[in-house]
Amino acid sequence: MTTPRKAVALISGGLDSLLAARLMLDQGIHVEGINFYTGFCVEGHTHAIRSKDKSKPKRNNALWSAEQLGIKLHIIDIIEEYKQVVINPRHGYGANMNPCLDCKIFMLSKAREWMQKHDFDFIITGEVMGQRPMSQRKDLLPVVIAESGTDDRLLRPLCAKNLTPTLPEREGWVDRDKLMKFHGRNRKPQIALAKEFGFDDFASPAGGCCFLTDKSYSRKLADLWRAQNSKSYELDDIMLLKVGRHIRPKPNYKLIISREEGENRFLRGYRKSFSTIEPESHAGPLTLIDGDIADADIEYAARIVARFSQGRAAEFVTLKVNHGGIEKRYTVPPLPADDIPREWYV
Amino acid sequence: MSKHTLDARNLLCPMPVIKTQNKVAELSAGDILEVTCTDPGALNDISSWCRINGHAVMASHESKEEVQIILRVGD
Ligand code: SF4
Repeated sequence: MTTPRKAVALISGGLDSLLAARLMLDQGIHVEGINFYTGFCVEGHTHAIRSKDKSKPKRNNALWSAEQLGIKLHIIDIIEEYKQVVINPRHGYGANMNPCLDCKIFMLSKAREWMQKHDFDFIITGEVMGQRPMSQRKDLLPVVIAESGTDDRLLRPLCAKNLTPTLPEREGWVDRDKLMKFHGRNRKPQIALAKEFGFDDFASPAGGCCFLTDKSYSRKLADLWRAQNSKSYELDDIMLLKVGRHIRPKPNYKLIISREEGENRFLRGYRKSFSTIEPESHAGPLTLIDGDIADADIEYAARIVARFSQGRAAEFVTLKVNHGGIEKRYTVPPLPADDIPREWYV
Repeated sequence: MSKHTLDARNLLCPMPVIKTQNKVAELSAGDILEVTCTDPGALNDISSWCRINGHAVMASHESKEEVQIILRVGD
């Protein structure tokens, strides 16, 4: 018996990569999955942070896909290397801060490295040409292939029949006749195939695979870069952009005000590395001060936070402020809602 | 067989899974690893990761603030 050919599948957690991998398994290919963690992935985070989402069963969809398929999944932390993709995309951004084309090229080149290192034969993805505006255009295919160095070892089982045969097809490792011819945004063929395979309960691919396609998130990231006067970030920065209300009363600082208990708990983990404001006389949100606040501005910041506490209608609210390791109490009148201009909301 | 611990507190999924994966790669079959997390989702995700990769979850504890998962490294 010959040893089966080996394919590494990019598993995003969505339906398409699940189907692509399943088609290969059905052809007797040994498949293992890789999933890249950039820090911006939608996967799980907001569920993990916000209490109100707790009623939904929380799962990592990439792990779930691998379990459905019965394959190994390697989750790879690419946070550091990915920074150059977000900060300096050679092919520019999409509608928001999403550098989809550079991202695709980067992930495929990482997959190629993994393939070579682990002695696998080819790479598969769940891409369907014409499905997404930027990264799945047929005319950009040669760019993706050339810049990722994947050559003809990149197979897209869901739309392979619309494309030139790749090495695995030409060599007969996979049967091209059994591959698909999907095209464009119509999801019906995928849903039908999922049904055929008995996959239900799969993740629906709403709004792309990462936060960078989100308008409000992208605005917060742009604000962060503006405020620090440089395009750079650490993992904590981009995590915090997912949490709370962000209010920037002055260029040199912003307030990250939790919106509910889950966020409060999450922000508590940052108390040691940030100055904080927390209402004491009334229930209210834990708030991080991000940036370099002047001592003279602290009282005003406390009034903003008081506005979001249960004491918003009270005459005074007492808040505990921890700034530069020194704890102080402020008793202040909450700021009237009208005094917080719309443009302060990042 | 040796016992090990991993602190994955204040990390959101999938970071606890990645840390577990990387730690397990350094251990030998039969070793025990106790992972402590604050993201409650880690319980599902680490268990799922163990099932996929042939490791056994021996026990798990969930308190208000933390989740602990004890696993035995597979072959
Ligand atoms: S949506 Fe995000 S993860 Fe997906 S290709 Fe675009 S930049 Fe990459």
